Amino acid sequence: MVVLVDGINYSAWLFLSAVGLTLIYGVMKIVNVAHGSFYAMGAYAAASVVGYWTTNGFNPYLSYLALVVAAVLAGFVVGPPIERFLLRYQYEKDEVVILLITYGLFLILEDVIKLIWGVNPYFVSEPYELLGNFEIAEMSYPNYYLLMVGLALVVGLMLLYVLNKTRFGRLLVSVIHDREISAAMGIDVGKIFVLTFGVGCSLAALAGAFTAPTISVTPGLGVEVIVLSFAVVVTGGLGSLPGVALAALIMGMVRALCVHFAPQLELFVIFSVMALVLAFRPRGLFSLAETRKI
Amino acid sequence: MSSIILNAKGLNKSFGAVTAASDIHVAVEQGACIGLIGTNGAGKTTFVNMITGYLKPDSGVIEFDGRDITDLIPRQITQLGISRSFQIPQLYNTMTALENLEMSYGVISLIAHHGSLFTRTDAIVPGYGKTIRALAEESLEKFGLSAYRDKVTRVLPGGVRKLLDIAMAMAVRPKILLLDEPTSGVSAEEKFDIMDMVMNVVRSGGTTVMFVEHDMEIVARHADRVLAFYDGSIIADGPPQQALKDPRVLKYIVGESQAASVVGEAH
Amino acid sequence: MSIDKPIFRFAVFLGCLLLASPWLPQWAMFMITIAGANGMVVLGLMLFLRAGLVSFGQALYFCVGAYATGLMTQMFKFTDIFVLLISAGVMSGVLAYILGFLLAKYRAIFFGLLSLAFSMILYGLLAKTEALGSTDGFNIPAITILGWLPPQPLVRVTILAVTFAVMLLCLTFVNGLLRSPRGLLLTAIRDNEIRAEYMGASAQRTIHLIYVIAGVLAGLGGALAAVTVGHIDPAMAFWTTSGEFIFITILGGIGSVLAPFLGSMVFGVIHTVAFANSPNTWQMMIGLALIAVILLLPDGLWSLVSRMKKARA
Repeated sequence: MVVLVDGINYSAWLFLSAVGLTLIYGVMKIVNVAHGSFYAMGAYAAASVVGYWTTNGFNPYLSYLALVVAAVLAGFVVGPPIERFLLRYQYEKDEVVILLITYGLFLILEDVIKLIWGVNPYFVSEPYELLGNFEIAEMSYPNYYLLMVGLALVVGLMLLYVLNKTRFGRLLVSVIHDREISAAMGIDVGKIFVLTFGVGCSLAALAGAFTAPTISVTPGLGVEVIVLSFAVVVTGGLGSLPGVALAALIMGMVRALCVHFAPQLELFVIFSVMALVLAFRPRGLFSLAETRKI
Repeated sequence: MSSIILNAKGLNKSFGAVTAASDIHVAVEQGACIGLIGTNGAGKTTFVNMITGYLKPDSGVIEFDGRDITDLIPRQITQLGISRSFQIPQLYNTMTALENLEMSYGVISLIAHHGSLFTRTDAIVPGYGKTIRALAEESLEKFGLSAYRDKVTRVLPGGVRKLLDIAMAMAVRPKILLLDEPTSGVSAEEKFDIMDMVMNVVRSGGTTVMFVEHDMEIVARHADRVLAFYDGSIIADGPPQQALKDPRVLKYIVGESQAASVVGEAH
Repeated sequence: MSIDKPIFRFAVFLGCLLLASPWLPQWAMFMITIAGANGMVVLGLMLFLRAGLVSFGQALYFCVGAYATGLMTQMFKFTDIFVLLISAGVMSGVLAYILGFLLAKYRAIFFGLLSLAFSMILYGLLAKTEALGSTDGFNIPAITILGWLPPQPLVRVTILAVTFAVMLLCLTFVNGLLRSPRGLLLTAIRDNEIRAEYMGASAQRTIHLIYVIAGVLAGLGGALAAVTVGHIDPAMAFWTTSGEFIFITILGGIGSVLAPFLGSMVFGVIHTVAFANSPNTWQMMIGLALIAVILLLPDGLWSLVSRMKKARA
C-alpha cells in the first residue's frame, strides 16, 4: 500500500519533470540539456517567492499560486531569450552540436544560479506542511502528495486539450510532424518555437517549484533531474505526450517498489526499465512514424 | 540455359492497410537484365528493399545461389554478392568523390583481412590485386567521374551523385546489381548517355542487373525482360515487346497514347 | 606499425621536457602529468566524435581506472605502477566490453545520455559505499616502479616519464587505427551509416570496438591521475568531470591524434589560473568557452595549428 501511494506520487513528479523536455523535443527536435537548470531555477525562484510570501504574512493558502507564478516567470524570462538569440541560429547544425550547446548552457546556468542564490541550502517547507496529512490503512501521508498528483493531472489534461482542441495546438502538431512543410504552408515556425521553448522551460520550472517545499534546495539539483527526465522521455518515446505519461507511471511504480527493498539501486532500476522497454520497442512506447529513408 | 541465380517465392509485405507486395514470384536468370516498371507505390522499391535485406517480408522466401537469404540483413547480403544503388544517392557527404570510393574499397579490404585493426590503407586488396587508391581511381575513370575526384560530394550535381552511387555499389563486384531509378533526377539529354555508360560498365563483367525505371524508352532499350508491378502484384513478366504491349500494363503504367512510340524502340 | 612523423616529433618534444625536468617546478610537472592523463581520456572521446557520437559519461571509465588502482593498492598491496596500469586498463576494458553491447546500438542523444546515466549510477554506488570511503574516497600510497621506490624528489618526474611512455604507446596505436580502413569507417558511419552497412561493414561492431578502446584509454588516464594526485573519490565519475573531458575534446579539435593533448594542456593552464581566482564560476566559464569554441572555432585549437602549417608550406 505504501508502495502504491509512493509510486503514484513519484510518477506524478516524474511526469511533471519530464513533460517539458518531451514537448521541446517533439516540436523543435532538440534535446534541451538545460532542462535541468530550469527545474533548479524554478525551485530556487519558489524558495525566494515563498520566503518572501511567508515573511510578509500573506495568506499562506495563496502561496501555491505564488509557486506557479515563480515557475512561469523563471521559464519565460530566461527561456525565450535563449531561444531567440542563441538557439535560433543553430538549427541547421548537427543534432549533436545543438546538444553540446544546450549542455554549455546548462553549465552556465548552474553557476548563474549559484551566483544569484548562493551555495547554502534553502528550506521552504511551509506550503508542504500547511496541508497536513491524510490516512490510508493506518499510514499517514502528506496531503502535498495529492497536490502533486492533482497538478500532474491538470497539466496533462491541459496539454491534451491544447494539442487537440485549439488552433494553436493543431499548428503545433503540424510542426511536430514536419517543420519544413509547416513553414512552407505559412505557419510562423519561429513564433511557435519561441513559445514552445518558453512553455517547456516553464513546465520544468513548475516541477522544480512544486518540489522545492519537499526538499532542501541546493546547487546541483538539476543534474539528477535531467538524467531521470531523459530516461522517462526516451522510454515513452521522444516527443510523445501519452508516452511520457505512461513511462512516468511505470517507472514511478517500479521505483517505489525497489526503494522499499534496496534504495541505492534507484537510478539503476529506472534505467533498467528504460533498457528493457528499448530492447522491445527501440523508439520507445509511443513514437512518431518515421518516413522512409531510402 | 542459364541457371537461376535469384528466386523470390510468395513474397508478401504490408504496411498497415497498404499492401506493398502480394504473392510475388520472380525467378531471375544469371546474366539477365531486367527492368522493373510500375507507378509510384506499386511495390518496386519494396521489392528491392526486401531482396537486399532492408525489409523483411511478412511471408515468403528469397533464395540467392541456392541459399535462403530471407532473414539476412543488408550487410550480410552485400557480402554474399548482391549490391544496390539508391533512389536518393547515399553518399558520404563530407568526403570527396575519391574518398567515397576509397571508403568502399576500404570496407572490402577490411572484410578480406577479417576486420584486422592494423590493415594498412596502402596494402594490396586481396582478390583485387591493387591498392585501395588505385581501385578507387580506376572506378572513377570507368564511370567518367575523374573530373570530380577531389570535389566534396555534397556540392556535386545530381547526375554525378547518381553515378558515384552506382560506382560504389559496383566496388564489391556483385553477382547481382539492383539499380533503383538510376536516371531519375537526370536531365533528358543526359539520360540515355548515362544509362548507356552504366550498362556498358556493369554488364561487361557478366553481372546480373535489375533496374527500376520510369522511362519506358530506356527500359525498352536495355532490358531483355520486364517485370511490371501494380498494387503490390506483378501484372506482366516477359520481353519488352511483349510486356510493354500488355493491355494492363498499357492501362496502368505506360499509358495508351505512349504505347506505339515506346514499343518501337524495343530490340 | 611505422611511426608517423608528427608523433615522432612529439616524442622528441616530450623527451626534451623530461630532460628539462630538474629545472621545472613541481606544480608544473603535476599540471603536465594531469594534462597527459586527461589527454588520454580525450583521445578516446575524439574517436567517438569522429564517428559522430558524444559520450557524456566517459568519466565512468576514468573513475573505474582510478578505483581499480586504489583497490589494487589497498586490497592486494600492489604498488608497482605497471601492475596498476594494467589492472586499470583491464577492468575498464572488461566493463566497456559488457556495456558496449547495449550502447553500440544507440546513436546521437541516446548514446550520449545513456553513457551519462551509467557514470551517474557508478557515482551513486560509490558515494553510498562506506567501505570505499563514501564521498571522501581514499588515498593512494606511494608507487614503485619495477621494484624501485623513487625517493621523494624524484616521484613526480618518474610518474611524468611513465605518463609520457603510456601516452606515446596509445598515440601510436590510435594513429595506426585511424589510418586503417577501420578508422576511415568511423567517418563513414558519421556521414551515412546506411551506406556503410550496405557496403558490408558493421557499424555496431565498429562502435563497440571504439567504445572498448575509449574505455581502456580513460581507465589508463584515471589510473595515472590517481597516482599523480594520490587520492581518489567518487567525484571522478560525476557528470562535471565528463563535462570537462567533453570541453577539452571540443577545445582541442579532432584533426589529429595530438589535438587532445593540445586541448588538455591549454585546459590545464586555464584551470590552474581560473580556479585559483574564482571557483564558483568555473562551470559557467567552461560553458561559455564551450559555446564560444563551437560557434567561433568549430574545429578546435588544432585547426589553428593546421592553418599555420599550411601557411608555412
